This record gives sequence, structure tokens and C-alpha cells, in this order.
Amino acid sequence: MRNNKTNSKELIDLLRRMWLIRAFEEKASALYAERQIVGLLHLGIGQEAVAVGACSSLREDDFVYGGHRSHGHAIAKGADINRLMAELAGRATGYCGGKGGSMHIVAKEAGFITATGVVGGTIPLALGAAFAAREKKRGQVAMVFFGDGAGQAGPFHESLNIASLWRLPVIFVCENNGYAEFTPLSAHTKIERLAQHAKTYGISASTVDGNDLFAVRDAMQKAVEKCRSGKGPVFVECLTHRMRGHYEGDPGKYRELSLLADWKKQDPIGRAARALKGKKAITEELEAIEREARALVEKAAKFALSSPWPEASEVDTQVTA
Amino acid sequence: MPHQTFLDAIRSGLAEEMRRDSSVYVFGEDVALGGPFGVTKGLAEEFGVNRMVNTPISEGTVMGLAIGAATAGLRPVVEIMFIDFITLAMDQLVNHAAKLHYMSGGQLRIPLTVRVQCGISGAMGAHHSQSLEAWLAHVPGLKIAMPANAADAKGLLKAAIRDDNPVVFIEHRGLYWSKAEVPGGDRIVPIGQAAVVRPGDRVSIVALANMVGPALAAAEELASEGIAAEVIDPRSISPLDIETIVTSVKKTGRLIVVHEAVEQGGIGAEIVARVQQAAFFYLDTPVLRVAAYFAPVPAGPTLEKVFLPGKERIVEAARQAIR
Repeated sequence: MRNNKTNSKELIDLLRRMWLIRAFEEKASALYAERQIVGLLHLGIGQEAVAVGACSSLREDDFVYGGHRSHGHAIAKGADINRLMAELAGRATGYCGGKGGSMHIVAKEAGFITATGVVGGTIPLALGAAFAAREKKRGQVAMVFFGDGAGQAGPFHESLNIASLWRLPVIFVCENNGYAEFTPLSAHTKIERLAQHAKTYGISASTVDGNDLFAVRDAMQKAVEKCRSGKGPVFVECLTHRMRGHYEGDPGKYRELSLLADWKKQDPIGRAARALKGKKAITEELEAIEREARALVEKAAKFALSSPWPEASEVDTQVTA
Repeated sequence: MPHQTFLDAIRSGLAEEMRRDSSVYVFGEDVALGGPFGVTKGLAEEFGVNRMVNTPISEGTVMGLAIGAATAGLRPVVEIMFIDFITLAMDQLVNHAAKLHYMSGGQLRIPLTVRVQCGISGAMGAHHSQSLEAWLAHVPGLKIAMPANAADAKGLLKAAIRDDNPVVFIEHRGLYWSKAEVPGGDRIVPIGQAAVVRPGDRVSIVALANMVGPALAAAEELASEGIAAEVIDPRSISPLDIETIVTSVKKTGRLIVVHEAVEQGGIGAEIVARVQQAAFFYLDTPVLRVAAYFAPVPAGPTLEKVFLPGKERIVEAARQAIR
């Protein structure tokens, strides 16, 4: 595990962020089981190192776009978990006033511009933000998260082509978790590594261990630096695995149990924590990080569930600006 | 007032807005080269290729890119060369441009203008001639303007570009070379405001875009028979200025709706539904629609002529309504 560039304090901050995401999603899962949260809930438990490694490499004013499995990306970019949980619960205090929900999170203040319910749908949006950023000359970059399932969609390829053609400051983050909904990647494409597509379009691309926080962060820092200095775009494929089903309620029977067990050993939080131990930090500190995260998330859940529902009159407000 | 063609008026409206606001950027196929009809001719010379951006033939991604640029502070104008190809960009237009303001609880605004050319002209066949405005009008969050003359084209385009919402600005190809007096100065035509283009009291004819001309010709012919037809151009179809239409119907008691799009599910159906709700007891005769046959647009010139609604069918409908 490469961690030589990350000092203990930074590492603790990153671990806090990963735990916050993990605790948030575990709580969301529990609330879903209690029907306190309804609708479609796609969790990224097991993929936290990608979100944190990537977003911690960004500036506050950089633009981030996500997909349907993006709670972690929003939190990693600095979204407020109270408003996020309230949005999942459809409450008036949610980021979107209960009009967006889990798949359509927008936390503009944090630079998490939008998620989407359409696979790969925000990839072109990130190009536009990158274009605008370059025109405005503020040194911002755009980053977009999508899964391996998006790699077979037309806009993915069109976007790689345009980003390369116009040398846009955009970082493509492919979370290759091996499954597009219920189907393994191998049944959707002969291409083993989606980074290959990016190379075809002339984009600097790499594939990293997405459960290794330091590998992700290292690749992202380099990618961001390249984009800021006008040498973008960059494509980073992160090999990871989601430990839950495609959505809550999906028993995931299409996967071998042994596969899950293997990935459990690769838990990104556990791996990062072991690195911290290597830096002689104490066990209690690690436990405190988890405890604090869970306490914050409990508060968020209380905030969400005690928040009012949106007024019925809100149903057709904000249709147009 | 200068006499201008429809396409020159669009070009001057676009240029004025680009001069006025440095965040206005144009994206589209061949836009820096003027496009196939010359609408954007000369703009790259004035504003540079950084703001008149030629794109690959990737309508869906270009639409998404413009939406993303709008979320990051630009005021983009996307040109879709033929409305037939907007099908490729519908995902982005419908799922993102139209919904992001609502889904974000008002956090995001999408000040996007989609300039798109439509309609029958020149026997171009089923993939270069459609009128798909009714699909777009079905989507909450989109505004749709559809001008019928050069003056309105310029005024509506300026309104569209300044609007903080996605506006689809539909340009009928058959109108590109039609000329009209275009007022100078910074004249805005508000989106959602119809125009009574010819007053009358016996029958109301609501006609869209390229059908306004035939409707006026029909009114002229009807006048020679002593029938005073009132012709209304909605100019926008979402929001739709139903009040102007209802006011007219309350006066005339008869309504004919004319559009070039096929009849089934056309915007005429929406107009008729709203009119009967607001003015049922004012109607003396059933409302009639004059629209294209429920068929793809044929390519051959003779079939195309049959397909296209025109003055004769409007006159016939008016006579039927009055009988």
C-alpha cells in the first residue's frame, strides 16, 4: 500500500470522510428497511476509497457530477449529511426540498453539481463545466463519476472524443465495480479495462486498485494537476466492488458468495486503517473515528425524520425559474 | 424599419445577444462555418471560434455539454441542425435540461437556448422535415417558441437567450427566406404571448409557424365571401397563451387550429381541450383541426404537397364551421 505522500493527520481526515460515508449509507440502509426511506436506494458501500481519494484531490470550487450511486461522492465533496439524509427521506429540509431524492442529489454549495438517474448521463455535463471553467480562467476542473455500465453507452464514447478533441480539464472517474446492474461486465463487453477506451481516444488513462485509498488519491492528484495545467483530460479507472446489491432490496443472487468474501478482505476502510496503524497511531483513535461518524449520522437521521414533509403546494413550484 | 429575412433576423438577434453578454456561447455542427442555411454566417469572424463552437455530430453529448456549461455559469445556445435529430438529444433535454431546476429544489438554473430548424420545405423526406414541437410541449420545464415571421423570430430569440430556463426555439425552414419589417432596437417578444395577426369576428383560426401564411391567405379568400376570420399566431406553445385564443373564440364561436405537425397528439389537441374547458358554451360548431396526415413526411414533391396542409384545407374547414 502506497502511503508515503500522506501524513497521519491527512490520513485521519480521509478516514473520517470514508467512515462518514460508510456510516451514512449503513444508516440509510437501515432506514430503508424500516420504510423510513422509500424509492430506489443505490449504495456504494465498499467503494468509499474512490469517492474520498478523488474528491480530496479537488478544490472546493471544482465541479463534481455523479450518477445514481453517488451519496459518497456528494459527502466526499463536502455535502452536509443532515440535508442529504433529509433529501433521501423526501423532507422539505433536504438539499432539493424533497424533489430530488437519492438519485438526483444536488449540493451546489459544496460543488456537487448533480447526480442523475440515467446511467452515464452526467458525463457530457462534466465536459460542459470543464469548458466553462476553462473559458472563465479560474483554474477549476470538472470531475465525473460513473460505473462500468456507462462504458457501453453512446454518450460515454462521444464524451471521450470531445474531451480529447478540445483538451478539456475533466477527470473521468470510472468506478468499475464489475457489475452493470445484475450483469457482469464480461457479458456486456469484450473490453476488460474501460481505460482502454480512453486510450483509444487519445486520453491519458490508468487503471488503479479502487479499494486502495492511496493509489486512488495518488492517481487523482496527478490527474487534477494535469487538468489544471491545461494537460487534460484524464481518465482514471478504479477497480472496486459494491458490497450491497444494485439497489436496496436486490439480493444480489447473481454473485458468488465467495466473491463477496474476497472483496470483504479488501475493504477500503480496513486497508486505510491498517496503514494508519503502520504510522503508529493508536487503535482507540480508529475506534473514535468510527464512533464519531456513527454519532453524526444518527443526528442526521434524527434531523431528517423530524423534518417536515414538503407542502403539497410545492408539487408544481420550481418547474421553471 | 429594415426589411429582413427570417434567417437574417435570427442572425442579428443572436449577434446582439452575444455582444451584450459574454457568457453566450454557441455550440453546434458547422456553426462556425455558417451552417447549411447561413444562419450563423459571419459570427465566428466577429466572436471567434471559442464562442462559435463547431462540434462533432454528437447531438446528445453536445446537448449535455451545453447543460453542464449552463450549470457552470455560461448561457449556451445549442444548434440542432434538423429537429429530426433532436431525438438523439432528447435524453439530455428531457431528463436534465428540463428537470434540473425542479429536481435540485431551485439550486440549479439552466439558461439554455436550443435553436432547431424544422418543417417541410424542399422535398427532404421523413428525416429532414418533421414537426415535433408537441413532444417537447409535453415536458414540464421546457419553454417552446415557434415564430412565424422575422420580427418575432428576432424578438423571441432574444427573450429565449435571456431566459433562465431551457427554451427550444423552433425555426421553420420554409420561413427562412421570408421577409418582414423588423423593428430596430432591443425589442423583446415575451415567450408565452400570442399575437392576433388579423382581426375578425366569424371564425377564429389559430395557426402555427409556417401555417400562419396560409391562414392569412385563407382569411383573405374568406373575406371576399364576406367571412371575417380572426387569425391568431400563438408564437410560443409552452407556455401557451390560451387567454388570447379563448377571448377570440368567445367572440367568434368557431375555432380552427392549424399546424404542420401530424394531427394525432399535436399541439392542436391541447389547444382544443383547453378551449372547450374555458369556452364550451360559446362554441357554435365543433372545433376543427387542419394538420398533416398521420404519416411520415413523404419525400417526393407531389406527395409532399398533398401531405402539407395549406390555404385550401383551411378555407374548406372555415366554410364547414360556418355552414
